[in-house]
Amino acid sequence: MRSVAGFLASLAIAFPVVPLMAQSGGLNLPKNIEAGSTFSIPTAGSGNAVLYIAGPAEVLKRDVQLGQPVAIAAGDLDNAGHYVVVLSSPSSAETGELDVVPANKPAAISFIAKPSRLPVGLQNGITAAVYVFDSYRNLIITPTPVSFQLSVASAATETRTVTTRQGAAWTAINSATKEGSAKFLAQAGDVSATRIIQQVPGDPCGLKMSARKVGDKIQLETDPLRDCSGNAVTDGTIVTFTESWNGEQTTVDVPLKHGVAEAEVPAYNGARLSVATGVVMGNEIRWEGRE
Amino acid sequence: MIRPLVVLFSMLVASGAFAADQGSVQVEPTTLQGPRPLAKQTASAVIRDYLDAWQSLGEAMNQNRADLLNQDFVGVAKEKFAATIDQQSKLGIHAHYQERSHDIKIIFYSPEGLSIQLVDNIEYDVQLLDHEKVVATQPVHTRYVAVLTPTEVRWKVRVLQAEPL
Repeated sequence: MRSVAGFLASLAIAFPVVPLMAQSGGLNLPKNIEAGSTFSIPTAGSGNAVLYIAGPAEVLKRDVQLGQPVAIAAGDLDNAGHYVVVLSSPSSAETGELDVVPANKPAAISFIAKPSRLPVGLQNGITAAVYVFDSYRNLIITPTPVSFQLSVASAATETRTVTTRQGAAWTAINSATKEGSAKFLAQAGDVSATRIIQQVPGDPCGLKMSARKVGDKIQLETDPLRDCSGNAVTDGTIVTFTESWNGEQTTVDVPLKHGVAEAEVPAYNGARLSVATGVVMGNEIRWEGRE
Repeated sequence: MIRPLVVLFSMLVASGAFAADQGSVQVEPTTLQGPRPLAKQTASAVIRDYLDAWQSLGEAMNQNRADLLNQDFVGVAKEKFAATIDQQSKLGIHAHYQERSHDIKIIFYSPEGLSIQLVDNIEYDVQLLDHEKVVATQPVHTRYVAVLTPTEVRWKVRVLQAEPL
């Protein structure tokens, strides 16, 4: 059976901190300081002590002379966070806490815009998220206005302003009606970041073909293909011509070239000719020997 | 073997409270800003990985081993905490963080699904040791903002920053 003294000794080993529990409230600390700013901590008494300012984001240790204020220089404590402050002398340990808050001036933006390529005229087709940071890479928690601008040559710039919540802001924006590269800019204060969004024509609108006899063949040709906003459909888009005659079907896939697609099929009187691209159907022609 | 654990975790998250090595953990109902819906499985994974990150942070700070951050942290958070560990090593000190409670709420899921933000009202004890001598122990109650991003197999903490209550 252990003695009482032994039991107390084992407690002291298990909880060595108890006798050293800090005397809270002894330190006169600012509640909040801005990241990177200068401040001082007054001390009382005489003799030597050690000051600790410790948090997961940063740690400082200073030898101090009690009775003299401890100066924390600009840039010494620049990571936002919650810090425990301990003034440890041979006879006592005083503790306190302080918060380092981000500087209010934005210095960097983390900006993600998606997708990088999409059809024109898509409602809320482009989404973006930003996080705003100060010059010490602290997330600026206070509400900060962020301006989003989507601009494409010879079209009006679309602008949205969103205020951050807990450092984050997002928006959804329509793609422009004009094809081409769009500049998507996010700006907070004096800092901005730009992403390029490629806006491509949408599905063809009003696919129409004509047919004429060339020798013993029928030459099929589409009108120039445009989307519903009037943008020329991208060359290389596959157009499918189909000829149905006497229970048989002939299909020709051709890529769009210079805005039109052309194909030749055998000339059969009574053949039905049709055209399509993707899910868009065009007109149909019944071949009666000439068109 | 893994399946029952996953089910258990889902039930715990759904119920909003559970106990773990991190002390008590409360998960508040999600009120998201942003258009992207948050699946229950995603929320569970984010909470699990966030709590794991605190465990790693505590061990890394206690042992002054920045490599322990690799599994759960990326980017700014990892760089800042690694720098703190480097400072601690040079000064001969280390810090022991003992979590007592978390009260977590997911507040933002970015539209493209590449980041999730949460806030955590947390209570923990910090024990500061200088050359293995305990300098002080301080109970702390504060609020953290975290941003997590998906990696190959888990969500990693990119920003972890306390703000005044």
